[in-house]
Amino acid sequence: MSEVLVVTSGKGGVGKTTTTAALGAALAQAGKKVVVVDFDVGLRNLDLIMGAERRVVFDLINVVQGHAKLAQALIKDKRLEGLSLLPASQTRDKDALTEKGVEKVIKELKEQFDWVICDSPAGIERGAILAMRHADSAVIVTNPEVSSVRDSDRIIGMLDAKTVRAEKGEAVDKHVLVARYDPARAARSEMLAIDDILDILSVPLLGIIPESGDVLKASNVGMPVTLAAPEGAPSAAYRDAAQRLCGKPVPMTIPGDRRTLFGRLFARKAA
Amino acid sequence: MFFKFKRRGTAPVARERLKVMLAHERAVIGQSDLVAVLRQEILCVIGRHVTVAPDKVKVSTDRGDTISTLTVDIEIPAPVVVTKAA
Repeated sequence: MSEVLVVTSGKGGVGKTTTTAALGAALAQAGKKVVVVDFDVGLRNLDLIMGAERRVVFDLINVVQGHAKLAQALIKDKRLEGLSLLPASQTRDKDALTEKGVEKVIKELKEQFDWVICDSPAGIERGAILAMRHADSAVIVTNPEVSSVRDSDRIIGMLDAKTVRAEKGEAVDKHVLVARYDPARAARSEMLAIDDILDILSVPLLGIIPESGDVLKASNVGMPVTLAAPEGAPSAAYRDAAQRLCGKPVPMTIPGDRRTLFGRLFARKAA
Repeated sequence: MFFKFKRRGTAPVARERLKVMLAHERAVIGQSDLVAVLRQEILCVIGRHVTVAPDKVKVSTDRGDTISTLTVDIEIPAPVVVTKAA
């Protein structure tokens, strides 16, 4: 059975594209057929994060408008079998994305892939709504910071009102993914704790991605972080999150929890 | 860990500010949910008597300075009118 997942947040720069690429790669590594779809028309970045920017010939809008077949626009990942990218258009007007067209493309993608992961643009405008429109489930990427949490709350409201599922009286399966989490700062009460975020948003937790240099380094070379630094903490957290999306109960590890008391004291002094 | 209490961080302030603000925002934005709820319930009531396509019921609100209006626009299929007239 095929599942449509939207990666959304409201606020920009919290890690939607990183998360889309990492979860897509992790699911493909687990043997699933996955397509990651960039909905950020005019500001596409998923191609860059996936290292496929020089392979884009046709894009989502070409397919929506019938100027290209889906198979012509899909870019197969060279490193992972089963992972494909459908890029957004960088030049076209974002109004070229129509609701009917998106519906048709999503339907076609569902026939070919186990997971259709839609990378939403920031904001709460048309592009963000079209990205979430056909979702069965949603990953809301949140940073432990007031403006990000506020925007997440707004997006959660939209998932409950503007999706096809919501209109049919069904619910979109929502998950919060906390990214850029710094356990040392949270321990010092300088950063919102995971429990605070979950308490405020009332949405179950999918995973906690620790702040790490791995993410920037992976983007420099155009690889999903799970491929670029498979041994690192963010990769482990993304792999666990992908398992949970597949319904496997993986125990939640809060990064930094395993540190010794000495380590914590040291981190406190050093920061 | 006694200095943990002495050096109380700023996160509790963030949590309280968020809680207060979201309680307010949810109430205001919740009004747009009112439209969805009304639409659903109107559809149910009408549906008991006439067959109406869900997309033929349009509910909208308009907020003015002194009064707000609620517009309900229901399109009933033609055959129903014909039967009643006959």
